[in-house]
Amino acid sequence: MSDVQPAVALDIYRRVLNIRRFEEEVGRLFTAGELPGVVHLYIGEEAVAAGVCAALRDDDYVTSTHRGHGHVLAKGGDLNRTMAEIFGKETGYCRGKGGSQHIADFSIGMLGACGIVGGGMPIATGAGLSIKLRKTDQVSVAFFGDGAANEGSFHESLNLASAMTLPVIFVCENNQYGEFTPARDTMNIEDIAVRAGGYGMPGHIVDGTDALEVHAVVNQAVTRARNGEGPTLIEAKTHRRGGHAEGEEAFLAGQTYRLPEEEEMARLRDPLLILHERILHEGVADAHALENIEQETTRRVADAVTFARESPWPAEESVLEDTWA
Amino acid sequence: MPRKASVDAIREALRSEMQRDESVVVMGEDVKLAVFAGTRWLHREFGDERVINTPISELAVAGAGIGAAATGIRPVIDLMFGTFLYLALDQIANQAGAMRYMFGGQTKLPLVFMTVNGSGISAGHHHSQPMHPLFMNMPLIKVIVPSTPYDAKGLLITAIRDDNPVLFLSPLALGSLRGEVPDETYTIPLGEAAIRREGDDVTICTVGAMSRRCMEAARTLAKEGIECEVIDLRTLKPWDKACLLRSVRKTGRFVAVDESFPVCGAASEWAATVAEKAFQHLRAPVQRVSNLDVPLPFSPVLESAAVPTTERIVDAVRRCMQAEPA
Ligand SMILES: Cc1ncc(C[n+]2csc(CCOP(=O)(O)OP(=O)(O)O)c2C)c(N)n1
Ligand SMILES: [Mg+2]
Repeated sequence: MSDVQPAVALDIYRRVLNIRRFEEEVGRLFTAGELPGVVHLYIGEEAVAAGVCAALRDDDYVTSTHRGHGHVLAKGGDLNRTMAEIFGKETGYCRGKGGSQHIADFSIGMLGACGIVGGGMPIATGAGLSIKLRKTDQVSVAFFGDGAANEGSFHESLNLASAMTLPVIFVCENNQYGEFTPARDTMNIEDIAVRAGGYGMPGHIVDGTDALEVHAVVNQAVTRARNGEGPTLIEAKTHRRGGHAEGEEAFLAGQTYRLPEEEEMARLRDPLLILHERILHEGVADAHALENIEQETTRRVADAVTFARESPWPAEESVLEDTWA
Repeated sequence: MPRKASVDAIREALRSEMQRDESVVVMGEDVKLAVFAGTRWLHREFGDERVINTPISELAVAGAGIGAAATGIRPVIDLMFGTFLYLALDQIANQAGAMRYMFGGQTKLPLVFMTVNGSGISAGHHHSQPMHPLFMNMPLIKVIVPSTPYDAKGLLITAIRDDNPVLFLSPLALGSLRGEVPDETYTIPLGEAAIRREGDDVTICTVGAMSRRCMEAARTLAKEGIECEVIDLRTLKPWDKACLLRSVRKTGRFVAVDESFPVCGAASEWAATVAEKAFQHLRAPVQRVSNLDVPLPFSPVLESAAVPTTERIVDAVRRCMQAEPA
């Protein structure tokens, strides 16, 4: 960790922990029947969003996925408004119109979660185009899954971004599953990063459970993008801790689809524990400091739940608001 | 008769046809475990060659279905949520619907696309849109929207045996609904409506999930002495014009209820047909009840306000009844 500043490491730790505690709470709320619709949790993958977003500025852009809570929070999203949106309340980021799979905060460059697999990549590419046209040094990041790498939008976006030398970073969160189907059944390669070569951009593989590793690799890609040298594909190897979506046990009816060793690996490669360990081991901070962060985070998440619960439902009339600009 | 959930009826239809015809194959994302369960476990009986988990590549999967259909296979492609059809649209609109005609009748495409359709579970816009009007607007594609488990089974079997591209869009809200479904194989012809309720005062035409809501409205109105005839079209293309026109000629009043966006929705087509073919029988202006013209919102309060409610259907019928005869 020689090149990681203590302040940066702690910043990343806060982001990881923030997502973890938030998502654990969302899982509990879903099980308790307090949330409408469906939620896809980011637990196990926190190091990716945290490592990436810590390398970004507020004015950089990200696009997200159906598993988007972590991206919103890592980019600096407000816990209260994120939670309220997941509840479908008026005080949520999108006034209850979007929900878990459609959260956005344009004020911090978070251009939207997305229920359509692969839907965010062309949009991130377009933000990259805008950056180039406006001649700023911002960058644009597209988060997407291994499954999304088989959509046409992945291939078309990478090619477009590369052909036009756009400042876009494609971050593949390879958790090895698309829903219940293993990636090995749907692609004939081990590493998605090799696809970068086909589009003439660098492709990196990184341990996506180690936030500091992710941060270091993304930093290079950010520098490259800010210097006008074009896009990068980063494949973060990671693990989904839980199911594809909360509540899936009900329709799986006892059927499992992941190998026991894969589930074990997801438990062992816990990004929160790994970072916690590294911070203590490398003397960045002591256990007491981390405990303080823990308490503060737990309190903020609890506050967000209270805020969301106590917030009003949208007024029925608002169904016709936010239409034409 | 045994009562079954709609997904079980769909699974029975698939099993029946896979047993009957070796060329029937099922493919799609996660069809083995299947979120909507219609295709679940079929691979245990028919093997991985005939029940194929595909990559998340809707365009290629749809196109592969077309290529396979043109060369001796009878594919059933499960695209899960209806909105994912947007990703497959090029192959469906430009190829599936056109190939036979464009190539002068040389080929046939025995091909079924199945998805769920519409809203009702706070899934947000990307998982909740009604898709049927889009495909009604495409030449030479058949469109089915069942409203009961019984119809789902019979219509899907017919669709699989059909030598043309068929969209089988089962209402999202139908998933867990149970109804009587015989164990045997049976077919229901495409283009044959079901009259769910007879009445002399007003004709209500609908399809899919709105069928039950129209029945609720009809029961409410019956208490006020207004007798509605409720027609559930079941298939949107081809569709049972004769049944609708017969009814409107009898009642002289027409309410079209459809869970889709209002502009060029299914209700628009029915209303235009009535205006063309039964104008002189109308005693009141035609009423349409459709979704609001906005994306499907997430919050339950907003989502239910965006689609036709029983109250809106009841109001439309009352407006019809109050209108002065011309
Ligand atoms: C276009 C499209 N096809 C299918 C789906 C259904 N779906 C939702 S998430 C998912 C799996 C996505 O896998 P991956 O990209 O690896 O992301 P992960 O869930 O693993 O984070 C699928 C198939 C969808 N939402 N959009
Ligand atoms: Mg995945």
